[in-house]
Amino acid sequence: MASSAAVAPLAVMDPDTGRRRGWTGYILLLPAAIWLGVFFVIPFYSLVATSLFDPSGSDAKGYDMTYHFANYWHALQDYWQPLVRSLVYAGIATLFCLVLGYVLAYAIAFKAGRWKNLMLVLVIAPFFTSFLVRTLAWKLILGDNGFIVNSLQAVHILGPDGRLLATPVAVIAGLTYNFLPFMVLPLFASIDKIDHRLIEAASDLYANPITGFRKVTWPLSLPGVVSGTLLTFIPAAGDYINAQLLGSPNQRMVGSVIQSLFTDANNYPIAGALSMILMLLIVAMVLFYVRRAGTEELL
Amino acid sequence: MTWVRKNLILILGILVLVYTFIPIFVVILMSFNDPNSRLIYQFDGFTLHNWLNPCEDPDMCSAVRLSIGIGLLATLGATVLGTLAAFALVRHDFRGRSSMNVVIFLPMAAPEIVMGASLLALFVGAGFGGQLGFGTILIAHIMFCLSFVIVTVRSRLAGMDDNLEQAAMDLYATPQQTFWRVTFPLVFPGILGAALLSFSLSFDDFIVTNLNAGQTTTFPMYVWGVAQRGVPMQVNVVGTVMFVIAVVIVVGGELNSRRRARALA
Repeated sequence: MASSAAVAPLAVMDPDTGRRRGWTGYILLLPAAIWLGVFFVIPFYSLVATSLFDPSGSDAKGYDMTYHFANYWHALQDYWQPLVRSLVYAGIATLFCLVLGYVLAYAIAFKAGRWKNLMLVLVIAPFFTSFLVRTLAWKLILGDNGFIVNSLQAVHILGPDGRLLATPVAVIAGLTYNFLPFMVLPLFASIDKIDHRLIEAASDLYANPITGFRKVTWPLSLPGVVSGTLLTFIPAAGDYINAQLLGSPNQRMVGSVIQSLFTDANNYPIAGALSMILMLLIVAMVLFYVRRAGTEELL
Repeated sequence: MTWVRKNLILILGILVLVYTFIPIFVVILMSFNDPNSRLIYQFDGFTLHNWLNPCEDPDMCSAVRLSIGIGLLATLGATVLGTLAAFALVRHDFRGRSSMNVVIFLPMAAPEIVMGASLLALFVGAGFGGQLGFGTILIAHIMFCLSFVIVTVRSRLAGMDDNLEQAAMDLYATPQQTFWRVTFPLVFPGILGAALLSFSLSFDDFIVTNLNAGQTTTFPMYVWGVAQRGVPMQVNVVGTVMFVIAVVIVVGGELNSRRRARALA
């Protein structure tokens, strides 16, 4: 009772949420809301508009708005390959991340004991070094005279002239590496919350460790699996650094096409349409996936 | 053998952790490399040359300076705006809360290339196509750091027990005193974490920056450029320094909180 008396002078507080009503909230929120509105929401409308401009215009003389939906068709026709490739590479990399990330998150949550926080810190630490410098390091590791290529050649997995660089393997390896923390952290958050007694109960009821995992641990960690895979897949699909530094033009991903259409070719309408297609494909896949996983409440 | 079986998952987990460090070892090693040729990227011999002459290519150092400058300003902007917004979201009630939550979530989920492309479409559409550079990079960086700051500070605030604040007010502290002596110090670790995250996001961003930078070159853009025509080993010096600073900050913070926990216990 003492606490409610102390709070009373602050007046107008919602008894359920403890949140204050009034103007202060709006004033505190306003600067961030304006920034996100002007530089995130409105630009999205500019992108939609750009994707419908008449392609006959140019950067210099401006574009006419003619609701030219054919841009989308042209973008798909010309660039469906890098588009599909991006989704496939990102999908495979996400799968690898899930396997590696699950093992790591599980080990940290359940097996690390007092080293839990330190291990968690070590997961993030390497990713504070520049993304590009790290990717260049992979270029060296997977290089033609590197240890890995030589070993694979020695055991005849790769031919004597076989290489890893400039192949999909290198690009997917780079994507897997670079987006791993986006998988580990949400997985850890949800595995760490699992009540150990539930797993013990499963084994008391004669579930072997594999059944216990399948029926108890995995379902309970699903929220982490869903958010981890989304946080990995989405940036990986838009990334082109790995494809460019570790791959060849045959591994070109859609991000690189969009970038060069904007800055080199100055073809804004097609670039805009291609960005929109990528965005819509990702949204469609995410909705389908989230519905399949039965975790709508996450969004 | 039974020991291995019992600890199999921990061993596998540590192996994954080792894997995440492999490129870091390479970066550190290459920072001491004495290359025979700029075009072939491999370890040829040991030297301290790169560490003693970090600015051999002045373009690299000016790119690093620019990235630090943008990183600091973007961190300041995003941390201030984001902290205010987090207080509003946790402590105040208003209409439009759920749509605001969506607007905060989307920049973290949208592919960077789409975000960068939209921003470029806005700048060009508004007639700023010729003035891309420091200003437009800063705007973009504050934008994508903002959501991360709001989410980080909000979770710290939401997890905070308000008994201490009520105790302060029971003891006749004014609202200002309560805020600066109780609330703020309690939220501060969250704000600091958000600021560190913002700086590293900003310093490391390539995709959004590359679209909105015009002729300006940040450090990641510099690395991108030299990747095509021969990488100076000093790039690895910058990478190593960044890694060491990050480790000192995060491990230091972790040890500090351990010590505090022990002192309380």
